Amino acid sequence: MKFSEIKEHLGTFTVGIAGAGGLGSNCAIALARSGIGHLVIADYDTVESSNLNRQYYFTCQVGMKKTEALKENLIKVNPKIVIDIYDTKLNPANIPVIYNECDIIVEAFDSPDMKEMLAETALSLWPERPLIMGSGLAGYGRNNILKQRNIGNNLIVCGDEESETSDQLPPMAPRVGVVANMQANAVVEILLKQNTYENNS
Amino acid sequence: MKITLNNRTEEFDKEHITVTEMLNIKKFTYRMRLVKINSKLIKREDYDNAVIRDGDDVQMLYLMSGG
Repeated sequence: MKFSEIKEHLGTFTVGIAGAGGLGSNCAIALARSGIGHLVIADYDTVESSNLNRQYYFTCQVGMKKTEALKENLIKVNPKIVIDIYDTKLNPANIPVIYNECDIIVEAFDSPDMKEMLAETALSLWPERPLIMGSGLAGYGRNNILKQRNIGNNLIVCGDEESETSDQLPPMAPRVGVVANMQANAVVEILLKQNTYENNS
Repeated sequence: MKITLNNRTEEFDKEHITVTEMLNIKKFTYRMRLVKINSKLIKREDYDNAVIRDGDDVQMLYLMSGG
């Protein structure tokens, strides 16, 4: 497939991103560059200067809502993309409404409690819908242990499944970026296998 | 009974065990995780009641902070 054909195909899909931090912002940018037609992004946070070591924001955006700032950046990358943003904290009551139309969902939270909440909610609501999670990305180096694990038909985990953030193991742009782009790469792979006609029917 | 746990064969001296029992026997102490039995996600509140039987495919995933 030529890139123009890939882009045309990906343009027919909607991808949900839960969280707009290190994973979510970098994953969204990669998906926008790839030609995904529609992104649905939720986060309640504000851009802080401490985020700039790994998240796809700029110094002039400090103080802005992450959803607003990310939308601004995504449109600069790909003006054709349709973006729905929700400045809200996700929970089992709003997830079914916010992500209902998505073909695939990317989990991009920082906290393990939120990761669990999203997985439990999304997998029980939509048992067949692909969910791409991130787990284990703190620190630097150790490229060789970053991996993708497919659990059943529709749950994919990207990361090393062992590196938890701490004072001594901070999240940093290179390793967070690798995992965010692994998630985007998994999204592209799944959507390129899906027939647009089936998707729309 | 024999089960598959994260793609490896594991044997237990019982006919069936709950998820909570499996976590105790295997000494999986890290708190944040997802558990699937035969592709079905088991919610945390159901760990005491969800039963793992001979031949089941169990997948466990640790949820590490950072994102």
